[in-house]
Amino acid sequence: MDLDFTRNYFELFGLPQQFRVDDAALMAAYRALQSELHPDRFAQSDDQARRLAVQGASHVNEAYATLKDDGRRARYLLSLKGTVVDEEKESAHDPQFLLDQMELREALEEVDQAADPLAALDALSRDIEMRYTQMLAAFEVAFESNNLEAARQEVLKLRFFDRLREEVARISERLEDQLLG
Amino acid sequence: MALLQISEPGMSPDPHLHRLAVGIDLGTTNSLVATVRNGVAETLPDEKGRHLMPSVVHYPDQGPPQVGQEARGYSALDPLNTLSSVKRLMGRGVSDLKTVAGHVPYDFVPGDGGVPRIRTRQGDVTPVEVSGEILKALRARAEASLGGELEGAVITVPAYFDDAQRQATKDAARLAGMNVYRLLNEPTAAAIAYGLDKGQEGVIAVFDLGGGTFDISILRLNKGVFEVLATGGDSALGGDDFDRAIAGWMMQEAGIEGDTGHHRMRQLMMDACAVKEALSEREEARLKVALSDSDYWSGCITCEQMNCLIDPLINKTLAACRRALRDAKVKPEDILDVVMVGGSTRVPRVRERVGEFFGRAPRVDIDPDKVVAVGAALQADILAGNKPGDEMLLLDVIPLSLGIETMGGLVEHIIPRNTTIPVSRAQEFTTFKDGQNAMALHVIQGERDLVDHNRSLARFTLSGIPSMVAGAARVRVTYQVDADGLLSVNAREMVSGVQSSIEVKPSYGLTDNEIETMLTDSRSHAQEDMLARRLREQQVEADRVLEALDSALGADSELLSQDELKDIRDAREQLAAAREGEDHEAIALAIKGLERASEDFVARRMDQSVRKAMSGHRVEEFE
Repeated sequence: MDLDFTRNYFELFGLPQQFRVDDAALMAAYRALQSELHPDRFAQSDDQARRLAVQGASHVNEAYATLKDDGRRARYLLSLKGTVVDEEKESAHDPQFLLDQMELREALEEVDQAADPLAALDALSRDIEMRYTQMLAAFEVAFESNNLEAARQEVLKLRFFDRLREEVARISERLEDQLLG
Repeated sequence: MALLQISEPGMSPDPHLHRLAVGIDLGTTNSLVATVRNGVAETLPDEKGRHLMPSVVHYPDQGPPQVGQEARGYSALDPLNTLSSVKRLMGRGVSDLKTVAGHVPYDFVPGDGGVPRIRTRQGDVTPVEVSGEILKALRARAEASLGGELEGAVITVPAYFDDAQRQATKDAARLAGMNVYRLLNEPTAAAIAYGLDKGQEGVIAVFDLGGGTFDISILRLNKGVFEVLATGGDSALGGDDFDRAIAGWMMQEAGIEGDTGHHRMRQLMMDACAVKEALSEREEARLKVALSDSDYWSGCITCEQMNCLIDPLINKTLAACRRALRDAKVKPEDILDVVMVGGSTRVPRVRERVGEFFGRAPRVDIDPDKVVAVGAALQADILAGNKPGDEMLLLDVIPLSLGIETMGGLVEHIIPRNTTIPVSRAQEFTTFKDGQNAMALHVIQGERDLVDHNRSLARFTLSGIPSMVAGAARVRVTYQVDADGLLSVNAREMVSGVQSSIEVKPSYGLTDNEIETMLTDSRSHAQEDMLARRLREQQVEADRVLEALDSALGADSELLSQDELKDIRDAREQLAAAREGEDHEAIALAIKGLERASEDFVARRMDQSVRKAMSGHRVEEFE
């Protein structure tokens, strides 16, 4: 089988190039590709074929990981449109958004003082996930109406959510460790 | 346009040829070998009908090492020459020995860092060599009972095994002359054994509680595809800890001091284990503990009392389950099936608590000691090409994050844990000082933020970076993990094209030289294969270097004096000559020689291109 590395990830899986993704179709296309490309299919082949299989399967895994994750997919869509988002150098500047983020961070720091820290964390985590979903919805509206600058502004918020979610996971692990000694 | 050409899979040359393939559960305490015969996967017994082979090797006064039941007989008589539990040392360095101290009583050869060596009367041996003996014995058992030479094997490893431990396991197989189709995570093998890929769709959990380790894996099954979503666990938690907790209670009740002798302690642990097994079937067990030769303490323990003792330990396993579910992004109620593996899952309290946590009764139909080997055999049968119609596919994840050391001893993750493999990810780094010509790369495995708290996998250096201002060089570091979870790292400076790569293993595995030495002793063909591969790899590299040099000389030889040009030409001739020979090390040396001879040339070409760029000319592409 030939794998064309120059096709974009949507083309690779035969999916329309848009924010909304049909999870079942994505999963089916991914599995169909992997079942042909996976190195296990070449356990009896020579080193060369096995090496190529590793490269091909890696490429497909990366494509799948990108399209499966909402945040990564949004960034990727913008990059396909040639819109550069340098998250190292640029940041979201919507004042209300930044204020909300600060409050969420403070709330995370106070979780330890709650009567049931894990429950407090879970509640906060639900709130964060809801805001994240809203932000993605705003991205989708902007992107699909080809308002790329507005879409770019939403993507600049992604990093804040990535950090919040990492923080939730970190606190969660710490609380579990404490709970169990 | 890059196209990848791959021949059609599943085109076995002779459909009637059945390849002899086995699955091996290489355990800490016991090992098993299984195969598929007439469509049924079964473990293979020895001539006396015993399926479990103790993972014990004895080095006698004369003759070859003894393995298994016979060897175990010597553990009391000849303890220093009877090695057990070496799995705990696989892929570990001398500096790791503290963490396994207490589990293994051997004499280690003091000294020089790297791989630990155990002193026996037949000489010093490494854990890899000892495991190699166990695999040889399993291979012999399989070939005797199947009546032919093995084509290949699937060997299982704990999901928690890191890169060095996986590599060590593969090295052991090489010493045993075994072709490894694949290393398979133990819990994944168990799910395969239950045939959960047939007709079921959904997420399943594999709960594997052995004597000394605990693993939890979350898998998704869909039309024959096994996708490992997350793994987790605790490499120092198991049924032995149950016994220890019960023994502690017994000591307290009987008024035995904490620092009782080694022999007495062993007796107590055995009593505790017997109590645990008795309480699997009854509500209450009577105890009799020897206080001295003539004095006994006798008492009674109920199921409820034992449950209180072991509940804190079970809580730990459930915390790991919670974490794995979060990594997998699923909730307990999403779990369709829970598979139990490992002898300690026979404890009713474990089954009960696990059932409560996941909200369904766990599966316990297959012998929890054999289930891993059975699953490995099924996978081996497919990889051998014996079931061309079978669509089963295993998509695995890496258990621990892979990262790189950045300024200040911090770790930056390049591939996070539970990423599906094979995978390749790259990240760009830059130089820190003006004119910095080399960059030290430190490959790290683990979840912690500080380098010191994680495992160091390898260090290597990218040198020959042309002089540039700080921040101008673009070093692209690529991590590639193959389907077995083994890592190779490549670093390439994007402006000049200088690069360096490493296959990660020497840190705590064996060096290639050590393996080559060992292989000379074994009768397998593995060494020839390996040398041939090395030679091919070096020849390809030599061709690449020669081509790059010729094109650079064609473009810019005026940058060199006559003498310099002669030096480079001489080095080029040496490489060209070595390229035609059979010695991969000579080629590698000649490549290094040529790189050294042309270092200044490369730097000058770089300077020239910078000048051209400064004066408004276009920077020429190199190579």
